Amino acid sequence: MSTTNWNGRWFHLRKVLERGGPLAHPDFQASNETLDFLLENCKVLVVGAGGLGCELLKNLALMGFRQIHVIDMDTIDVSNLNRQFLFRHSDVGKPKAKVAANFINERIPLANVTPYYAKIQDYDQDFYAGFHVVVCGLDSIIARRWINGMLISLLTYEDGELDPSSVIPLVDGGTEGFKGNVRVILPGMNACIECTLDLFPPQINFPLCTIAHTPRLPEHCIEYARLLQWPKENPFGEEIPIDGDDPNHISWIYEKALQRANEYGILGVTYRLAQGVVKHIIPAVASTNAVVAAACALEVFKLASSCAPKLDNYMVFNDTDGIYTYTYAAERNESCVACSQIPKDLVFDENVRLSEVMEHLSTTYQMKSPGVTTTDQQGRNRTLYLPNVSSIEERTRPNLKKTLKELGLKDGAQLIVADVTSPNSIEFHLKLHASMDT
Amino acid sequence: MIKLFSLKQQKKDEIPGRAGNQKKASAAQLRITKDINELNLPKTCQMEFPDQDDLLNFKLIISPDEGFYRGGKFSFSFKVGPGYPHEPPKVKCETQVYHPNIDLEGNVCLNILREDWKPVLTINSIIYGLQYLFLEPNPEDPLNKEAAEVLQTNRRLFETNVQKSMRGGYIGSVYFERCLK
Repeated sequence: MSTTNWNGRWFHLRKVLERGGPLAHPDFQASNETLDFLLENCKVLVVGAGGLGCELLKNLALMGFRQIHVIDMDTIDVSNLNRQFLFRHSDVGKPKAKVAANFINERIPLANVTPYYAKIQDYDQDFYAGFHVVVCGLDSIIARRWINGMLISLLTYEDGELDPSSVIPLVDGGTEGFKGNVRVILPGMNACIECTLDLFPPQINFPLCTIAHTPRLPEHCIEYARLLQWPKENPFGEEIPIDGDDPNHISWIYEKALQRANEYGILGVTYRLAQGVVKHIIPAVASTNAVVAAACALEVFKLASSCAPKLDNYMVFNDTDGIYTYTYAAERNESCVACSQIPKDLVFDENVRLSEVMEHLSTTYQMKSPGVTTTDQQGRNRTLYLPNVSSIEERTRPNLKKTLKELGLKDGAQLIVADVTSPNSIEFHLKLHASMDT
Repeated sequence: MIKLFSLKQQKKDEIPGRAGNQKKASAAQLRITKDINELNLPKTCQMEFPDQDDLLNFKLIISPDEGFYRGGKFSFSFKVGPGYPHEPPKVKCETQVYHPNIDLEGNVCLNILREDWKPVLTINSIIYGLQYLFLEPNPEDPLNKEAAEVLQTNRRLFETNVQKSMRGGYIGSVYFERCLK
């Protein structure tokens, strides 16, 4: 213990955690228990072990967090090595999460990082509910939306009031070249990813007609090869999609794009650009990652210790030209698909017919022509009744006469109801009880 | 400030039983359910869902009742991805058509399908956009350059070509399958 918890290892943390001060949060109570909590109990999930993930793992582990878990589905590529400093050349091809966890565990005394070489979607509510804080260093909007939806699904309500102990804070970092952002999301309490979906820059899509007939940029030529020539010529076999990591595929795109560029006298088509356009690569800058990850780690520390007011709630960072940051409180979207609604309970006898449920929706909720779907155990959609599209209506009409039991609906099932009277689909939790009569 | 967890709180290993760990619908699924339930189709349009449980893959049949393409029947496939509505659905024309903004592989040049897509738009917006393409083919943004040139220089010839293609026949060296109702 003396070699790993050497005297003074936590000296600076103690200064912050074991005494008050003018910068401390007004409600903060200095105590020596906080440090113990950070060291022994606080479970942090780091999502992504790439550019931000490496920085985050290093920051959190050196700060004293020990119960760190990291999940990443990727393996190490040679192009990662300039900034993802937990990886070495000999690690190329190995899972990022595992290599990163090993490196931290060997380098930092008492660090206990647990890796998961998996997709975030491979784990369920039981897994995510086990963490105190989740911090994301992702490069995908879909993945952010998924984590956001997962944490919102863990919220519990009592009499319409959010139970604060079900809130798992999400610290989300993102970078794009010299720009970055950090946000602190308290699901159900402030703006979530879905509330501010419009803030994400749209993917740059060139008009198809420009690509086809009036190319002006090298990117137009690459998109021509990718979108129009590939599906026509299927160079690697029918229905084989482009694999951005397959050098043969990229070479094919590059050569076709180069031919087209020559026809139109366009300069600048290179193999690297072809790969960049196909894989939507945005150059990553190590210093931007370091700044954004540091801000994220600090927020995790503040959330875990309550020692200082947290970021409220969206910080933008830009070091393209000098350094600029600005923090503002992003507002919740009143009709956010993900977090605006408190799932409502629908209590029914299992022998009640679907038509009676529809009637209940029309009378109690004053709906006009509700469409009802449910989600099966695998997360797939199942349409129970949709009145608006005649082909679906005909096929789902027989369901109206079936009982909830006959439809295979179980207690706790999620029902999704869409109707013109509400800006979003509404979620209901089905509470079924067995019939008393025989 | 709400203290999010008490320091005494142990590792959250034991979670009170969740009802069978019910999987939840994704935000894309919630949104598409809303879009589909609120479709307001013009009478020239019809939707086909091969699988009523799969609201992410479907077909749209447009049968224009005026303009150059009156009497024809054109099928479009829609594929809605997990990024919806941040990303637009992928739409392809499955009927070979002689049209300035649709090429022979079924690619469609409609601004809201690519560069002008916004999450506030819906499946209905795309349907109206596609219907508009048949009423007002736009020769300024061509995907089928030959058709666009004919439309710009000789409207009568364009009309004849459209008729010929819909009855089934050759325009230049390209054969078009019959697509009259």
